[in-house]
Amino acid sequence: MNRRVVITGIGVRTPGANGTKEFLDLLTAGRTATRRISFFDPSAYRSRVAGEVDFAPEHEGLSPLEVRRMDRAAQLAVVCAREAVTDSGLQFEEFDPTRVGVSLGSAVASATSLEQEYLVLSDSGRNWLVDHTNLSPHMFDYLVPSAMPAEVAWTVGAEGPVTMVSNGCTSGIDSVGHGCQLIREGSADVVLAGASDTPITPIVVACFDAIKATTPNNDDPEHASRPFDRTRTGFVLAEGAAVFVLEEHERAKRRGARVYAEISGYATRCNAYHMTGLKTDGRELAEAVTVALDEARIDPTAIDYINAHGSGTKQNDRHETAAYKRSLGEHARRTPISSIKSMVGHSLGAIGSIEIAACALAMVNDVVPPTANLRVPDPECDLDYVPLTARQKRLDSVLTVGSGFGGFQSAMVLHRAGGAR
Amino acid sequence: MSEGVYVTGIGLLAPNGAGLEQHWAATLAGRSGIATLSRFDVSRYPVRLAGQVDDFDAARHLPSRLLPQTDISTQLALVAADWALADAQIDEGFFADYDTGVVTSNATGGFEFTHREFRKLWTRGAAAVSVYESFAWFYAVNTGQISIRNRFRGPSSALVAEQAGGLDAIGHARRTIRRGTPMVVTGGVDSALDPWGWVAQIASGRLSTATDAHRAYRPFDVDACGYVPGEGGAILVLETASAAAARGARQVYGEIAGYATTFDPPPGSPRPPGLRRAAESALADAGLTPDQVDVVFADASGVPELDRAEAAAISGLFGPFAVPVTAPKALTGRMYSGGGPVDVADALLSIRDGVIPPTPGTAEVPEDYRIDLVRGVPRHREVTTALVLARGRWGFNSAVVVRAVPGPRTPAPRRPQQQQERT
Repeated sequence: MNRRVVITGIGVRTPGANGTKEFLDLLTAGRTATRRISFFDPSAYRSRVAGEVDFAPEHEGLSPLEVRRMDRAAQLAVVCAREAVTDSGLQFEEFDPTRVGVSLGSAVASATSLEQEYLVLSDSGRNWLVDHTNLSPHMFDYLVPSAMPAEVAWTVGAEGPVTMVSNGCTSGIDSVGHGCQLIREGSADVVLAGASDTPITPIVVACFDAIKATTPNNDDPEHASRPFDRTRTGFVLAEGAAVFVLEEHERAKRRGARVYAEISGYATRCNAYHMTGLKTDGRELAEAVTVALDEARIDPTAIDYINAHGSGTKQNDRHETAAYKRSLGEHARRTPISSIKSMVGHSLGAIGSIEIAACALAMVNDVVPPTANLRVPDPECDLDYVPLTARQKRLDSVLTVGSGFGGFQSAMVLHRAGGAR
Repeated sequence: MSEGVYVTGIGLLAPNGAGLEQHWAATLAGRSGIATLSRFDVSRYPVRLAGQVDDFDAARHLPSRLLPQTDISTQLALVAADWALADAQIDEGFFADYDTGVVTSNATGGFEFTHREFRKLWTRGAAAVSVYESFAWFYAVNTGQISIRNRFRGPSSALVAEQAGGLDAIGHARRTIRRGTPMVVTGGVDSALDPWGWVAQIASGRLSTATDAHRAYRPFDVDACGYVPGEGGAILVLETASAAAARGARQVYGEIAGYATTFDPPPGSPRPPGLRRAAESALADAGLTPDQVDVVFADASGVPELDRAEAAAISGLFGPFAVPVTAPKALTGRMYSGGGPVDVADALLSIRDGVIPPTPGTAEVPEDYRIDLVRGVPRHREVTTALVLARGRWGFNSAVVVRAVPGPRTPAPRRPQQQQERT
């Protein structure tokens, strides 16, 4: 049994882009969508910029009941899931629901709703013994985030394996990797896989402030996210979601589905080093890359583009650069590498899926998205990070990686649709 | 045919016993860990009973630097992992780098920890928020901390599916082993017994408002009235049969022989719920037929309509009164991601000791449930195969089949669990 997995539908919401067309436009133009935080008054915080999604749930087909019931992260996930299904052309009503799964990633899940409910229940923090008489009927849905994949499952009637993969900032790669495993092993034929996070809420902004992981560069929000640039000062917090229809390849072929890309390799490793710190040698990320390439059965030299984690923290950018040299050898110097976080910020658990969407669209259009805001090279990051301007290039195999709190290091290889392997 | 995946170590902390053997002795004796919640003044709330792990002092088991950066749920998870690895006697250096992974489930994250940080933020401002909040709260915290403490660098993950998630973690650990990582530490631990976590659980609408600790959580009883929440869970060491043999593992509790998970149709759908299908698929995965199952550890929600649905799934699959069914979780409360792994541990000890623990407190089961619920006292009989069920709110159904390992069984002495300290 050699079941292969392809992407046949994409739904995406990012800062500056609703849907795949706008997203591709943004990536190709190298346009940044980071801005001063508008969701609340950020003046009391160290980092006051973010990548916010312009999202009006009531105009996205969600019923008033759904809007009331779901946290913003679940709303984005459901909207992306519906869009991916439409995009795929799959007729779910003709499909055995027990063969459809869901694998949804999120790092902080319902943080926004938790904070809103907390302020009511605690009288703005005054009461440790919170008031149960003012309780939202949905409070438990926010406490336990598996309400999110449940919402996605309900939207298509999935009755196969449904789960939430919550691996912090690698959730969005790992949830898609998990979905691929479900199809490969035969537990499902179709999986709605992806991730959503909406962390732009005071508690999350404050917790990254506390460790100075986010940028204090508040004066120039549009140019605040500067991966691989020597003047970088931390990442820009963001929100967003991307959900895919993953489908078993033969099945997709039989129904004549449009295929964006094949997911041919995936691996994850842990650095077992520190909850937030990274060693400079990139060893475990390099191992994840090597194993993902092995699973895809391709040589490192076959990689045409690397979608970097590129968060814009000094430790990440150096860690990652070392990992590419370690895993790809000399080929690392010849491979264009870029971080779309320069444009859409870092949406924690969601960004891994958003980056997979970027890779799929890049391959279909043979375009390498740039690293925006990269004007001052860092001598310690001496690879080709595609500064400022997109490039036309035929892309047969691309690599995307993620690195996150808890020590997770993940890598995924995507292959051109219909390409020889 | 894939190689067997064996359980060779268990670390467990439950409200009725901090330690595998303490919990097991209490479970067989019917000693409950359910009492009035004592961490704060619970008198103002409509629900007051909980399963608390009381005889646990994290400072006795963990290095002091870990204490300020971790929630109680993570402290319990780290200690459970320590005990599981000590129980399995995994020698450092036996497994190669990247050959050891961690897969845990978590339902609420470090909730008490984050409640304190929310309070600091809103009463004292952003500067008061802990430098540890960014990683003490999120759902991957137990996987990350166990990985770091034990230097496990292999494929690792954290899954969430409310009470079903703990079985999903075990299933995914088995998948990870089959994909080439010979040893994976897995399970789930949860705790959300601070005031905010408490009212959030009350919001589920499924908690028992009874005040008699012995009558509050009576799954499958004619007077079932909801569940009592608990804290704790279990961490298991899973490894390939060949790794266990190669290192001369001192015990094999049993094999994770089958696993499956399903999801219920959307609310209002005429299609049947998925629990029975999860059980059938897990048995098929194990290559077993229902008549080969010696006991079912039920999800046992304690909510009458959910008990009825589970009873229908069990009697439908096995036939009326055809298999002993039990729910020792009535002594601990529902531990969310910890519930499934504790049931798996209990099922493995049933195999070891030839005894099925009872469902305490449940007196009368509605006749039309048509299940043989083990009540009152333990039932002594040989157990070779057990089915463990768990349901997560919103429609998650998971099932794990555990089985005695083929061939001569390692005689496992009854002994107090080694609680080797390694701070």
